[in-house]
Amino acid sequence: MEHGSADESASTFSFTDEDHTLANTLRFSLNQDPRVAFCGYSIPHPSEARVNIRVQTTGVPANEVLKDSCQDLLMICQHSRHTFSLAVQDFKNEQALKAMNVEE
Amino acid sequence: MEKVSVWDLPDVPEGQLPSHIQLQRTRVHCNPDAPTHTENVQYSGAYSSVGVDNSLQLEQFRKNFRVEVIRLGKEDMEFDMIGVDPSLANAFRRILIAELPTMAIEKVLIANNTSVVQDEVLSHRLGLIPINADPRLFDYKSENDDPKENNTIVFKLHVRCERGGPRLTVKSDQLKWLPNGSEFSLETSAAKSTAKPKTYTTFHTSQETLHDFSKKPIAPCHPDIILSKLGPGQEIELEAHAVKGMGKTHAKWSPVATAWYRMLPEVVLLQQVEDERAEKLVKTCPVNVFDIEDVGKGKKRAIVARPRGCTLCRECIREDEFKQDVALRRVKDHFIFTIESTGALPPEVLFTEAVKILEDKCERVITELS
Repeated sequence: MEHGSADESASTFSFTDEDHTLANTLRFSLNQDPRVAFCGYSIPHPSEARVNIRVQTTGVPANEVLKDSCQDLLMICQHSRHTFSLAVQDFKNEQALKAMNVEE
Repeated sequence: MEKVSVWDLPDVPEGQLPSHIQLQRTRVHCNPDAPTHTENVQYSGAYSSVGVDNSLQLEQFRKNFRVEVIRLGKEDMEFDMIGVDPSLANAFRRILIAELPTMAIEKVLIANNTSVVQDEVLSHRLGLIPINADPRLFDYKSENDDPKENNTIVFKLHVRCERGGPRLTVKSDQLKWLPNGSEFSLETSAAKSTAKPKTYTTFHTSQETLHDFSKKPIAPCHPDIILSKLGPGQEIELEAHAVKGMGKTHAKWSPVATAWYRMLPEVVLLQQVEDERAEKLVKTCPVNVFDIEDVGKGKKRAIVARPRGCTLCRECIREDEFKQDVALRRVKDHFIFTIESTGALPPEVLFTEAVKILEDKCERVITELS
C-alpha cells in the first residue's frame, strides 16, 4: 500500500506481514541506488506485523525506484542461490573423489 | 597511528579511495577498548566527493560474490559467503530460523495417560520432536480445513508397562505413523453405526501411495528422544497430529537448531615481532593464532598462522606490549555461515529454500506495485 502526496517522488510504502528481513534488505538496495535521496524504514508497533518504508527520490516516481530495487534484490538472490548450489556441488564431487582415492 | 597532515598524504589515483578510508570501509577495527568503524556505508553517494561510486552494480556483485563450502554433513554445514552486505546475510539467517516451514505435532488426542508426565507437558514434548517429512509435499492447514492426507500426519503412541515387569522408557521410535489417518472414532458417529466409523481425520487415500513415502516412511528424525518413563501398571495411549507451520509461530516449526554467521577475523602484524617477543606473543593467544617461523641464523619471527580461529578476545593487545604490533580486524563482507538442521531437510536445501523465500517476497512487492 502506498501513502504519497501529489509529489510522486516521495512516498511511504506500508507492507503487512513483513518485518526487518525484507525491510532492511530493501533499505540496503534502495540506498545503493543513486536516484534515492533518502530512505528508511520503521516498524510502528512491535505487536503489529507491519513495516513502513519511506522513499524520497531526486525526481523520479518513488514506486518506480522501489520496484527497481526489488528487481535488483531478486537478481542478487538468484545469483547467490546459483553460486551456492554450484559450490555445494563442487564440494560434494570433491568429497566423492577423496572417498574413492581412500578406498584404492 | 602516527598523525599525518592532510597535505602530506600521498596522491591517490582517480576513482580510488585513499587506503585508510578503504580500510575503514571494508574492515571493523577491533581496538583494545572498543570496536570502531562498525557501520556499513550503504549510501550510493557516500564517496562522490573523491569520485568514487558506491552504488550497487549487479555486474560488480556477480564478479565479487563467492561461496566456499568448508564443511558439509547430513545435519550441519559451514560455508563462507564472500562479497555480500550484512543485511542480506542477516535476512537469510532470519528466514532460516523463522520463515522456513516444517512439520511438527500440533494436536495431541490423549485417550489414556497414567504416566507421571502430565498431559500438557507430554504434548509439549511431542511437539518439539523433529519429524522426518519434507514440508514441501504438504499444504498449510487453516483453521477451517479438515485434516486431510495433504495437510496432516498422524502418529500413534500406545505403550503400557506390565505389572511385575521392569520400568519402561518411552522413546520417540515408539511413535507409529498412521498413513490412513486417525484411528480414533468420533463419538457422534458411533450411534449411526455406518460401515466405516468417522474419525478425527478425513483421509481419501493412504499417504503411503503419495510421493515416495512407501520407500521412506515418515518417522521422527531421531529414534532415541525420551518422552516419558512408565512404572508398572502405567500406560500411555494417544494420537498426535502433525501439521505444517513456521518458526515465527512457534519454535518447534523451526527447521534449524540454529543458524548463525560471524565475520571473518583478520589478524595483521604491523611490525615484525622477533625472538623472545615472538615467543611471548605466541603464548598470549589462548587459541593459538600465531606461530613461529625460523628465518635462519637462529632468528625467529612471529607469523599469523590461523586467523580464522581468532575469537577476538583481544588478549594479545590488552597489555601495552603488542598494541603497536598487532591489529585485529574483521572483514565486513566475508561471512562464515553455519547452519545446523534439525533433520527434516539437509542444510544445503534449507539455504536454497531460504533464498527462494526472499525472492518470493521481492516478487510479491513488485506485483503489488505494478
